[in-house]
Amino acid sequence: MPAPLLKIEDLHVEFKVYEGVLRVLNGVQLIVNPGERVGLVGEAGCGKTTTMKCILQILPSPPSRTTEGRIFFNERDIRQMKAHEIQDVRGKGISMIFQDPTAALNPVFSIGDQLTTVIRCNSRTTLSKKGIHQRAITALREVQLPDPNRIFDGYPIQLSGGMRQRVCIAMALATEPELLIADEPTTSLDVTIQDQILRLLNELVDEHGTSVIFITHSLGVVREMADRVYVMYAGCIVEGAEKSELFSDPLHPYTRGLMSAVPKLTGGGIAEGIPGRIPDYLDPPSGCRFHPRCPYATEECKAERPELTRIRGSHEVACFAVERGEINAQ
Amino acid sequence: MPNEILNVVALQKFFFTTQGTVRAVDRVSFSITENETLGLVGESGSGKSTVAYTVVGIYAPTDGKIYFRGEDRSQPVAKRPKSLKRAIQIVFQDPGTSLNPRRTIKQILELPLKVHHLTAGDRKLEVANLLRRVELPADYMYKSPHMLGGGERQMVAIARALATEPKLIILDEPTSALDVSIQAKIINMLIKFQEEMNLSYLFITHDLSLMRNVATRVAIMYLGKICEVAYTAEFFRNPLHPYTKMLLSSIPVVLEEEEELKPTKVISKGEIPSPVNVPPGCSFHTRCPVRKEICMQADPEMVEASEGHFVRCHLVSGQEAVASS
Repeated sequence: MPAPLLKIEDLHVEFKVYEGVLRVLNGVQLIVNPGERVGLVGEAGCGKTTTMKCILQILPSPPSRTTEGRIFFNERDIRQMKAHEIQDVRGKGISMIFQDPTAALNPVFSIGDQLTTVIRCNSRTTLSKKGIHQRAITALREVQLPDPNRIFDGYPIQLSGGMRQRVCIAMALATEPELLIADEPTTSLDVTIQDQILRLLNELVDEHGTSVIFITHSLGVVREMADRVYVMYAGCIVEGAEKSELFSDPLHPYTRGLMSAVPKLTGGGIAEGIPGRIPDYLDPPSGCRFHPRCPYATEECKAERPELTRIRGSHEVACFAVERGEINAQ
Repeated sequence: MPNEILNVVALQKFFFTTQGTVRAVDRVSFSITENETLGLVGESGSGKSTVAYTVVGIYAPTDGKIYFRGEDRSQPVAKRPKSLKRAIQIVFQDPGTSLNPRRTIKQILELPLKVHHLTAGDRKLEVANLLRRVELPADYMYKSPHMLGGGERQMVAIARALATEPKLIILDEPTSALDVSIQAKIINMLIKFQEEMNLSYLFITHDLSLMRNVATRVAIMYLGKICEVAYTAEFFRNPLHPYTKMLLSSIPVVLEEEEELKPTKVISKGEIPSPVNVPPGCSFHTRCPVRKEICMQADPEMVEASEGHFVRCHLVSGQEAVASS
């Protein structure tokens, strides 16, 4: 097995705020292998975006502080790198698509300006002005935008939400990154447009052989996009498995609750969901952070944090109830 | 019709702007009976919220009639009698902006009680009662909205709507800003209230999977017009309009069984056009995978394909789609 492209080990991130210290990330660990599409699912505020921003080292510090953990990209720890080395990782190594394409694009520069800047700064070889222009047009054509020349000269406001997201995808892939981080790229879009964007992303990623981390709060979307899925809750990875395994045999009580709360096309009503709400990061629960909402919680869960443990194959779960055998794999 | 709560006939709402006339709602008709949930589904810009706002009276209709329990109530909210305002309530999408941040929960919840003179005894007790009904602790009445989570805020908004004991509640995407685990709780609570209070809901959403579990009937809106209405089971078993099929096949699902229920993949293409320049003929023809000559010229009429299942499509009225589907 080749070395993983990205490997995060025991990442802890906290934010210092007026009220105290928000202990957000609590030992995140995940692996992305070359060419793999990894999904990261979790509800709002569970730390998905914080993890990704930490990989790119774009978390403002202060207030954020990485207290522990290593982030290996191509076997080099990003946290030990010098500023110019990190700058090389951003864009050329890893690029990111953000949730809101309207906020990600600068409204006062033309699409062409923004796209050529990205290409010029991240190109591995020196390109002529004409060459850059050509690359930009190709990138716009790749994301199936009609009339790329007109869009090149246009401004973000002249485009619809779906088209803006296509521009952001073009920008992220124009630098031919090894890893693409897509942070809820379709959340602000309608379902038919989402379908188009997901299909486009899948095609482009296949074509370029790019590895992907796909972040979403929707289990349905992750099922369409990922090979392997991690489930995140309150700053911890609670479960990780191959897609088919996760959807047919979820083990962690949180994953199960989430799965049952999704409205199904088969009908039959909606399950009760998960009682309670996501914890306060100022004073997170001790031990397993899910224990106040968990039906299987015991003293052990309150006292100690469960480690991500391999159950079978690549199926990993961080749960004492699974270890005790109270929740069984099918 | 017996027990008919709301009947909307050929409702039109246009906005006149310098860029032209926005035909937000164009001849929309539907009715809601007692204890029924009508799901109004559409993409952003389809005019579903405009329908909601016109029914509650925030907008005056450009044309068309709104009958509430058989009486013509097409006037805007300023001219409506208080009893009508009491009977129709609305819950908005974003509880962060629909609750006044400078008021406490108590002040928010007692306003409808004051306006409609509903308090018999102690008003504080009434407010505590309302909070208990939405399963929030009574001491929440001294908090202000920003101290609550998104789900809890939406519970308060629902409690406010329930305070006047309405007949009809308009739910404008009440859970689309919330996480699924919280959505599940709110939806189950809404279903409980409907049974207890004999409520009718006009449920506006873009989430078809949610409607499968909640709605009695589902109506699909596209560019200000309703293109298909049917009872929920029939709607999902036998979708007829090409737009409905496109929507259904675009939904990301979590189960294999659901995958099988989706119609054969209709590749979605194009985007919803601007309601300022509505395409001539059938407004969907620009994105329709099965369009014919006639679709570009004439706007199709609503026809009843089977009992209670209405479709506005030339191919269905010409009986061709039945064979092709």
